[in-house]
Amino acid sequence: MIYEWLYNITGSSILSMFVVSLLPLFVFILPFALLAVLAERKVSAHMQDRLGPMRVGYHGILQTVADIIKLLQKEDLVPAATDKKLFNFAPLLVFAGSYAVFAAIPFSSIFIGSQIQLGIIYIVAVTGLVVAGILMAGWASNNKYSLLGAMRSAAQIISYEIPTLLIILTIIMITGTLSLYTLSELQTSYFWNWMILGGPATGLQKILYIPLMIIGCLVIYISTLAEVNRTPFDIPEAESELVSGYHTEYSGMKFAMFFLAEYANMFAVSAIVAIIFFGGYQSPFGYLGNAIGLHWLVPIEQFFWFTAKGLFFVFVQMWLRWTLPRFRVDQLMAFCWKYLIPISFVILLLAGLISLI
Amino acid sequence: MALKTEEMVLNMGPQHPSTHGVLRLELQLEGEIIKDVIPHIGYLHRCFEKHSEAMTYPQVIPYTDRMDYLASMYNEFGYALAMERLMGIEVPERVEYIRVIMGELQRIASHLVALGTYGADIGAFTPFLFCFRDRERILHLFEITCGARLLYNYIWIGGLSNDLHPDFIRLTKEFIKDFKPNLKELNDLLSFNAIFIERTADVGILPLETAINYGVTGPNLRASGMKWDLRKDDPYSVYNKFDYEIPVGSGEKGKIGDCWDRYFIRVREMEESLKIIEQAIEQIPDGDVKSAIPKRVKPPEGQIYTRVENPRGELGYFIISDGSLNPSRVKVRAPSFVTMQVFPELCKGFMVADVVAILGSIDIVLGEIDR
Repeated sequence: MIYEWLYNITGSSILSMFVVSLLPLFVFILPFALLAVLAERKVSAHMQDRLGPMRVGYHGILQTVADIIKLLQKEDLVPAATDKKLFNFAPLLVFAGSYAVFAAIPFSSIFIGSQIQLGIIYIVAVTGLVVAGILMAGWASNNKYSLLGAMRSAAQIISYEIPTLLIILTIIMITGTLSLYTLSELQTSYFWNWMILGGPATGLQKILYIPLMIIGCLVIYISTLAEVNRTPFDIPEAESELVSGYHTEYSGMKFAMFFLAEYANMFAVSAIVAIIFFGGYQSPFGYLGNAIGLHWLVPIEQFFWFTAKGLFFVFVQMWLRWTLPRFRVDQLMAFCWKYLIPISFVILLLAGLISLI
Repeated sequence: MALKTEEMVLNMGPQHPSTHGVLRLELQLEGEIIKDVIPHIGYLHRCFEKHSEAMTYPQVIPYTDRMDYLASMYNEFGYALAMERLMGIEVPERVEYIRVIMGELQRIASHLVALGTYGADIGAFTPFLFCFRDRERILHLFEITCGARLLYNYIWIGGLSNDLHPDFIRLTKEFIKDFKPNLKELNDLLSFNAIFIERTADVGILPLETAINYGVTGPNLRASGMKWDLRKDDPYSVYNKFDYEIPVGSGEKGKIGDCWDRYFIRVREMEESLKIIEQAIEQIPDGDVKSAIPKRVKPPEGQIYTRVENPRGELGYFIISDGSLNPSRVKVRAPSFVTMQVFPELCKGFMVADVVAILGSIDIVLGEIDR
């Protein structure tokens, strides 16, 4: 969408493609990561009876900027025993994996990097790159803790992709679309059209869908938590056991890449939950722009609603992180294979039956 | 073709976030399953026992502080008690009461560190800060009393270095009042959290038989189901004047003597300690805390073994006097040191993540193991 618009203005396809591909990074990911790191520290501090960063700027709002400057200045340290090529490449791959997700996410009805018809499948596929990056980092570090962390992480991400995919499959079956844009458009106008409340279906079908969708939403939220290695599933970087898992040996900007990727991922999975179940960029109750006749206002409102929903789920992730202890690696696997996968299969089956009504 | 597999040796520590000090564990792993654990201790050895021989008796007290640095008050308590028995000193009643109050406050402070860090080991970081918030109040009480927050040199042979601060009683009452709801909050947040129970129940089970064979004492022994507490079973000071219970492990969430039992026994001990402090504050008599301090500490020739129930178990002092101003020998029976020996038994067959859970649950202090 944005690409066509830019193309019309500039007339150069390369230039517009370049701008479009950089937009999410500078408009969204970097500011978001800056904010989210600070928010995480502030949220955790207030949950724990502390103040959090207070020195840099008003109530510490510039703390992350100071941290980034510090990270930039740091020596780029590569331990002697590492596999240097893989070691240097791994953070890029991890970051690329989480960055590429943003290409297909519809921030509003006109701000979509690439309107791929297979949006959902694309997102699930590029997230797979992250696993490769993490394994690479763990192996190349030549450190037992890193290797254990990377192995755990790979096992965990791959396992938890199954329930995620099964729920996504259910949604695809109900709505008949793979495009995130079409999916968002289906849930238009009011919040009772959101998938969590049965989506665009009507009558008995809608009522039957609601419990399935609520359980499905929980399943997908839990499994995406595991996919981005957040508490209670943060065992790949469990600091009390594995120091910091696969990125133990990294410092400076390479560490910052992992860090940035983690926060970008946090938002990406929250955005997926928001798109699939909570109407994506759709407002819960109509648009102010339509009501007062200023139609150019609508995409801005949509952008607002989308980020608000995404940030809400990011906040829930932080909330969980500072409340819950972490699972042990076998319990984590048991939880996925014994509970989440059977539940999502049942949901898939029931949703299929209901759609026959 | 069968894949060739081999055991991996993972070196945990001495610089590791959850070895609670400078402990080095050599883990022999098969995948993530523990085959064997070899603890390497001694990174914090400061020759306490040998050093004491060159000191006069009162000069040893600051050194006892530095053994179990989370329960310094109790180390001094034990040493002072041993010396008083050796020299036959009767201490004023007020001194005994203050020692008990300090000792129990120290027990709460020590258990708070144990529980908080245990939560952090399991991955819940918030309880850690809640516990330290409450411990801070206790440290403040110590600070107004003797000026130090960690290493007090407060309990002297025959008396105390200072009387209580005028605000002490009021602040202690306020602390008890505020601490009770906080303890409930800790239970809601951590003790009865489903994930926490999943992680700790049925993990690192210490059978009573093994515990007795290894000489494990304190909360770890009681969690295995034995009602053995020196405050009741070998009473010293004024402990027999108070009404309190000795909690024992019940196997509520798993088998008796698992990590959860060892964790929860400490929560319940804090409640009992609060009871003791409340009663002691009510009954505390007036008096001079320095009246019985001897001018010159020169015990008669002889030897004594005195044991007290410190937050980690039976802390024993064996002192041999040759009649001079310096001790001929000071031997300490350190509860953490004894508990550490049973640790490899607890770990076998569990996973790497459980090592952290088990190590946290036996609550060792490296300063005391290495001395």
